[in-house]
Amino acid sequence: MSELTREQVRHVAKLARLDLSDDELDRFTGQLAGILDHAARVSALDTDGVPPTAHPFPMVNVLRPDVVKPSLDRDEVLACAPDARDGRFRVPRILEDEA
Amino acid sequence: MTPPEPSTPSTPSAPTTPSETDAPDTIEVGLDGHADGWELVVGLEVHVELATATKLFCGCANEFGQEPNTNVCPVCLGLPGALPVLNELVVEYALRVGEAFHFDVPAQSVFARKNYFYPDMPKNFQTSQYDEPICLGGHLDVDGVRITITRAHMEEDTGKTTHVGGGGRIHDADFSLVDYNRAGVPLLEIVSEPDIRSSEQAKAYASELRATLEAIGVSDVKMEEGSMRVDANVSVRRRGSDGFGTRTETKNVNSIRSLGRAIEYERARQIEVLEAGGRVVQETRHWNENDGQTHSMRSKEEAYDYRYFPEPDLVPVAPTPEMRAAVRAAMPELPAARRDRLVAAWAITERDAAALLGTPGLADYAEAAVSALEALEALEALAVDGARGGSPRDIVNWVNGEIAGHLNETGSSPAALSLAPAALAELVGLVAAGTISRNQAKDVLGEALADGRRPARIVTDRGLAQVSDESSLGSVIDGILAANADAVAEYRAGDDKARKKKRGFFMGEAMKALAGQGNPQVLNRLLDEKLEGNG
Repeated sequence: MSELTREQVRHVAKLARLDLSDDELDRFTGQLAGILDHAARVSALDTDGVPPTAHPFPMVNVLRPDVVKPSLDRDEVLACAPDARDGRFRVPRILEDEA
Repeated sequence: MTPPEPSTPSTPSAPTTPSETDAPDTIEVGLDGHADGWELVVGLEVHVELATATKLFCGCANEFGQEPNTNVCPVCLGLPGALPVLNELVVEYALRVGEAFHFDVPAQSVFARKNYFYPDMPKNFQTSQYDEPICLGGHLDVDGVRITITRAHMEEDTGKTTHVGGGGRIHDADFSLVDYNRAGVPLLEIVSEPDIRSSEQAKAYASELRATLEAIGVSDVKMEEGSMRVDANVSVRRRGSDGFGTRTETKNVNSIRSLGRAIEYERARQIEVLEAGGRVVQETRHWNENDGQTHSMRSKEEAYDYRYFPEPDLVPVAPTPEMRAAVRAAMPELPAARRDRLVAAWAITERDAAALLGTPGLADYAEAAVSALEALEALEALAVDGARGGSPRDIVNWVNGEIAGHLNETGSSPAALSLAPAALAELVGLVAAGTISRNQAKDVLGEALADGRRPARIVTDRGLAQVSDESSLGSVIDGILAANADAVAEYRAGDDKARKKKRGFFMGEAMKALAGQGNPQVLNRLLDEKLEGNG
């Protein structure tokens, strides 16, 4: 059984900007531990000589020519944003106060 | 104000840079306590914006200075369902870099997501490369010292944030505005090993790197406009020690000169901290050009945990032998070879050649001017007695002197000069032909740089042309000698000192009669001939 702690789950949630309740923390700690157990079983297999898979499709070099295509209309783009000003996206203050 | 770390993206070089993984927290401070007991250790991370028509993963235009948010699409805005497709020219550019800096190009490289929350990337991650970059283990020789380049990888640039309120400072701002035109613009990040031991060496490395990137045509390398950004990882250690001190990363360095100043400042600051018994804090610092200091960004950088993972929406890049061969076959002349060629072909000094290559576009400008000079076939026909032929060296002297000075003063670039290379050749031709003196040429050059008139036109407009015509000058001298027969007699009877004095008098009279526009070389020769009775 994985040794995942509630604190680790809280940290991961914070990195993902998720605000979890205590109940959710308990629930997700159990679920995540199950997922990690599964990953641990895969990790335990002998994979010497097996190249890591970067992508499930056996394809490389999917490229496009360097040719300009039309961009979106700015008004339409900004209409999707919660707030805009002077042709730009307006976002809340970026740095939190040092606590 | 540059926002904190994420907005000038740099994949941490932790896997490859020992100073990050093995750095001790403190350095033992010895008793002698002198700065010369310390050794400087520098590694440079250089971000280069690639000169493509479109962004890294979409067809939006890669253009500087457009109206905000006009070069955006579902891909670079990170809209749901949008899929990136890699720009083939970026791969070619990366392979050129691989060739120019002697990198290994692994059989396969992959993109990775670097996750962070910061509004300069609308996707909440930056697409970069992590453990499988396109270039590994290169080097650049700088003044006989080999600097190892750890890696070069492809990644996308971020958007531009403007902070509103609180004097535009991020810490006090009420809110920020974001323009995503730059988001998704292709970058190459080129990371050196901490092999650099002085600020001069750092400047030389950055300058040679810039000249090389310019030569292979992958970027316009304008540090002032941010198309080449140099971040300096600086630490100090006790001389003789082979461990690494705690480093800081200095950003916002906008010129090669500032790079040297910023490194020197950091060196002195860190030594002062350590000698006072303190510890250097590992942090990002911001160079302020105005006060000549670095300042802590005070961001919670240590809290970042980028959780890199392979980008599922992009398949690996596997440069084929054909792709690599095509790039190799098309490699242009690199700076070291070009310096050697110019030194040999133009009979200029190494120092002059290095100066030409040290400013983007300057060597191209000089070469264009020399070609134009060689094309001035009329030059020989124009040349009169005593005039030396215009040479490439004359061109180089103007370019490294007055023109480089003008570029420094105005912050302009050679390509933007109102004096075309052919016009400089014309100026050198005018001096060589004796039409104007070198001093007059300086004034003419100043005017040509200011208003773009051709030098020949300025000479005409200002009536500057020297009189070099022998019969005109001869008759002026004849007139003066005839009017001063006594002086001529005294000259002929006098000793060397008296002769010299009289000769100066005749020369002065002749110049006065010619309103200062007589060609002094021709006048001197004619005067000698006539005084010795041969004329």
